[in-house]
Amino acid sequence: MSLLELEDVTASYGHAQVLHGVSLSLPENGATGLLGANGAGKTTTLRAISGTVRTTGRILFEGRDISGLGPDRTAHLGIAHVPEGRGTLGQLSVRENLLVGAYQRRDRKQIATDIDYVLDLFPNLQARVKSNAAALSGGEQQMLAVARAFMAKPRVMLLDEASLGLAPSTARRVYDAVVRLRREAQVSMVVVEQNANLAFSVVDDATVLETGRVALSGSRDELMGMDAVRRAYLGG
Amino acid sequence: MSFFIQVVVDGLSNGAIYAAIALAIVLVYRATALINFAQGGMAVAATFLAYALTQAGVPVLLALIAAVVFGFVLGALLERGVMRHFEGGDPDTAVVATIALLVILGGASAYFFGYEPHSFPSLFPNKTIGFFGAFVSLRSIGTIAVLIVVMVALQLLFRSTKLGLAMRAVADNPESSALSGLPVSRLLMIGWGLAAALGAIAGVLVAPQLFISPGMLDFVLVYALASAILGGLDSPVGAVVAAAFIGVVENLAGAYLDFIGDDLKIAVPFVAVIVILVVRPQGLFGRKTVVRV
Repeated sequence: MSLLELEDVTASYGHAQVLHGVSLSLPENGATGLLGANGAGKTTTLRAISGTVRTTGRILFEGRDISGLGPDRTAHLGIAHVPEGRGTLGQLSVRENLLVGAYQRRDRKQIATDIDYVLDLFPNLQARVKSNAAALSGGEQQMLAVARAFMAKPRVMLLDEASLGLAPSTARRVYDAVVRLRREAQVSMVVVEQNANLAFSVVDDATVLETGRVALSGSRDELMGMDAVRRAYLGG
Repeated sequence: MSFFIQVVVDGLSNGAIYAAIALAIVLVYRATALINFAQGGMAVAATFLAYALTQAGVPVLLALIAAVVFGFVLGALLERGVMRHFEGGDPDTAVVATIALLVILGGASAYFFGYEPHSFPSLFPNKTIGFFGAFVSLRSIGTIAVLIVVMVALQLLFRSTKLGLAMRAVADNPESSALSGLPVSRLLMIGWGLAAALGAIAGVLVAPQLFISPGMLDFVLVYALASAILGGLDSPVGAVVAAAFIGVVENLAGAYLDFIGDDLKIAVPFVAVIVILVVRPQGLFGRKTVVRV
């Protein structure tokens, strides 16, 4: 059984329909990428899953239809959405951001252990634990956003353009940590990324979206072998 | 010397009144990131309920508890029924909606109880004690004591509890907080309920001194806003210290500066607020906002 399955999902903002029937499937412990140009519907697909946009069609998570549930409910079920543009709470400290991430958990000891774990994952945050999130650099904020999402102990993480606006070496460090989260904590991933090299360092397969529809999908190696994909997303 | 002490003590007792409402403003700001003008209206409505109960022979303390419960329910209902429609929109629109609520609540109170001021029984004995040659009323001491307890409780709520952390997170960014599974609507409702409950405490504390009427908090609201802003808007301690400061400075200036006297003294705290905010825009105790992009 797939962990997450989208069947013919459409989504619209007011009258503007952005997704026109997207289907995709994420296996247990899998990681899949969403590629495509600006406006192809990558972010909206993630928003459809986390329940922050109106949808039709079926979205199955662990076999249960979750379409129509709001973000607080999908978060409760184990879906952690790291939105584009750094999902941090600016006026709260790094540590408080992590505690907010763990809001739904009751296992206090394990929460403390997990805070230590993410601070080990992102050593940059260690020194800034008491700083307000708004005072962090862009890279640190992105790290905090990922760390906060992980604190919910999700089954699946929806990662939206985590490299946006970051220096290449910083983006690399963020993705190295994401790879570790997948391997060490068995977090499944849906990764939206303009930089396909970064995306392919995490995912097993990917779906290419074009104007709200699935243009093609395949395993990482298949897609990397295609000239069109290489030209469009891998810089030649 | 005893005259000076008397002026300071009277200033502090006025400051306690401002502080009571200022704390409620800080609470709702921390919980919803809005300046809530309806605060005064909710406090007055809850205080009128307490008034009606005391008129019916209920002891003041019980009436206070009933008013606090009523205030919580009223605040939560107003959030749910009215303010929720403005969530996610322009915050300025929401602030205007709170002004509308202030007017409506004041009108409703007047509809049931009229505009005449009524006397309101005090929670504390109506006695004064001597203090270095000055007279201090037990009512003022009691008011200040209750406020200090409330201030410490609020500080603890926001700094050390999960509920307080969640309320701050929602005030900071509701969409982002929902992604961590925070029940945003419910937290905003609790925030409004707590603020109105606190307003009820404030109203019952100050009503014996001000006499209860629909407009009893109108001028207090102005001082309370000044105190909250001067204290830093997000700091309970700051609001109380600033309110005490405003009360004392106002009274001292009225008593000692001839050209100011009783008529002009209302201007003094505002001049002080402007001067301080020019030097320290985040207020005396506010956290400075540093944003890197």
